[in-house]
Amino acid sequence: MKRFTSMLFLTTMPFFLLVILFLIVPLLSMINGSFQTDGGGAYTLNQYREIFTNPYYWQAFQNSVLISFLSSLVGIVAAVFATYAITRFPDRLQQRILVITNLTSNFAGIPLAFAFIVMLGNSGLFILLARKLGLDLSQSFSLYSWSGLTLVYIYFQLPLAVMLLFPLYRGVQKQWMEAAELLGASPLKFWLKIGLPVLLPGIAGTFSILFANAMGAYASAYALTTSNYNLVPIRIGALVSGDIFARPELGSALAVLLGLTLAIALTLNEWLTRRIRRDLS
Amino acid sequence: MKRLNLPTLSFALVMIYLFLPVAATALYSLATEWNSTVLPEGLTVKWFAELYSDSRFLQAFARSFLLSGLTTIAGILIMVPAIFSIVVYAPKLERLVQLLVMLTYALPGVILAVGLIRTYAGLGIPMILIAAGAYLVGLLPFLYQGIRNSLHTVQAHSLMEAAELLGAGRWRAFLRVIVPNIMPGILVSALLSFSILFGEFVLINILVGGRYETLQIYLYNKLSKSGHIASAITVTYFILMAVITGLIVKFTRGGSAQKEVS
Repeated sequence: MKRFTSMLFLTTMPFFLLVILFLIVPLLSMINGSFQTDGGGAYTLNQYREIFTNPYYWQAFQNSVLISFLSSLVGIVAAVFATYAITRFPDRLQQRILVITNLTSNFAGIPLAFAFIVMLGNSGLFILLARKLGLDLSQSFSLYSWSGLTLVYIYFQLPLAVMLLFPLYRGVQKQWMEAAELLGASPLKFWLKIGLPVLLPGIAGTFSILFANAMGAYASAYALTTSNYNLVPIRIGALVSGDIFARPELGSALAVLLGLTLAIALTLNEWLTRRIRRDLS
Repeated sequence: MKRLNLPTLSFALVMIYLFLPVAATALYSLATEWNSTVLPEGLTVKWFAELYSDSRFLQAFARSFLLSGLTTIAGILIMVPAIFSIVVYAPKLERLVQLLVMLTYALPGVILAVGLIRTYAGLGIPMILIAAGAYLVGLLPFLYQGIRNSLHTVQAHSLMEAAELLGAGRWRAFLRVIVPNIMPGILVSALLSFSILFGEFVLINILVGGRYETLQIYLYNKLSKSGHIASAITVTYFILMAVITGLIVKFTRGGSAQKEVS
């Protein structure tokens, strides 16, 4: 028995040590730091007060929530239809498409930002094309503002949404559709009355994951706008890594608030999912 | 061809949307001049030749390879025995591990970076080691899922009992029976981990910055300098990811074929 316990200890210890050193301790230190004055020392709520009263940080949260919500919404709507189309292809083709989708999910961050510069940057492919056609897009569109950034965010939401939604459709069985059709229901009626209610918890869950994914995204926005566009992750990065203007305590407070936003989004989803499911049963 | 309906149409649009940036970048990396015309004026491989003879690129590539590779190996060496022990001998701990997995999955790198800087900056420990440690924690969800599933598929518990009945010690049974049986699962998890780390930018940029120029950092530095070179880097990266994805699919298929036989 003793040998058994020592083996369990020996094999799991490095793992738990790792989690404590690189996850638990840093998180606690961050929370602790968020309640301290600049440079540490005394405890205060001033960092949070500053975030709530300074319009600049307030705007960062508004921008982040807006772009995350919008990109998740577009991503999920497109993916709901597109994934359904995928499930109707032959099995082998389905697998191929999923592999390709999976591959494009690797296309994120800096490479993705760059690909969009090639297409829609100041002398991008489509900007040139539009100019040849006599359209000057630069008045209404800039890749480096929120409209361009939203397009980039939608790109990395799509593969994730498809991969998360795909297994859900397996839950809607073909027999149901046939039964509904035999009983005289139109496809639209089937989806409204049976298909969608069954899928809804999963769609809501996927939406909240997409939202959280976008709220925490850093690399694409950083590559495109450096720090011109005001988003929470960009602000956090600038506050902790800037050598001259570093204010890690303020950055900690922002990070805590970002974490809380994500926790609320994910809890809301959990609660919603359970509610919808209870109504069903 | 079926009639054009909403799902098919949105599927086509999504695929075009996902492919256009890849195609545009690939074309740009092969274009001679492309500043004012709609299509490139000519095709060339000189950007790739220039890139592959740039020692800074080769070094950045090697650094990325080294960092991702070593971290993945360390992750496998640490996680496989731990997850094995927990799944087979201490299922009660699984809940705790699942909680940690959820936490790391939902936690954006930028939040973790703040905590790591506060905790470890200024202690004299090289920040690259701290970043590697954070990478290991970030791999947790992927490694846990993959290894746990393989252990369940091969019914690790019964395998261990059988091996021990036949007289093998615990370590021997683990190394000689369990590990070979879950090897396809380990390989898939390792490849997935490697590809995730290879594309990582947040932690390395905030924690280490230019002091350890990985491929992603190098690409970022090239963005404003040469579009063609940056395209060539992006295409190289994408091809590497395609190869890794192909390997993952191959090993996953192998694994499921084995399952069908047994």
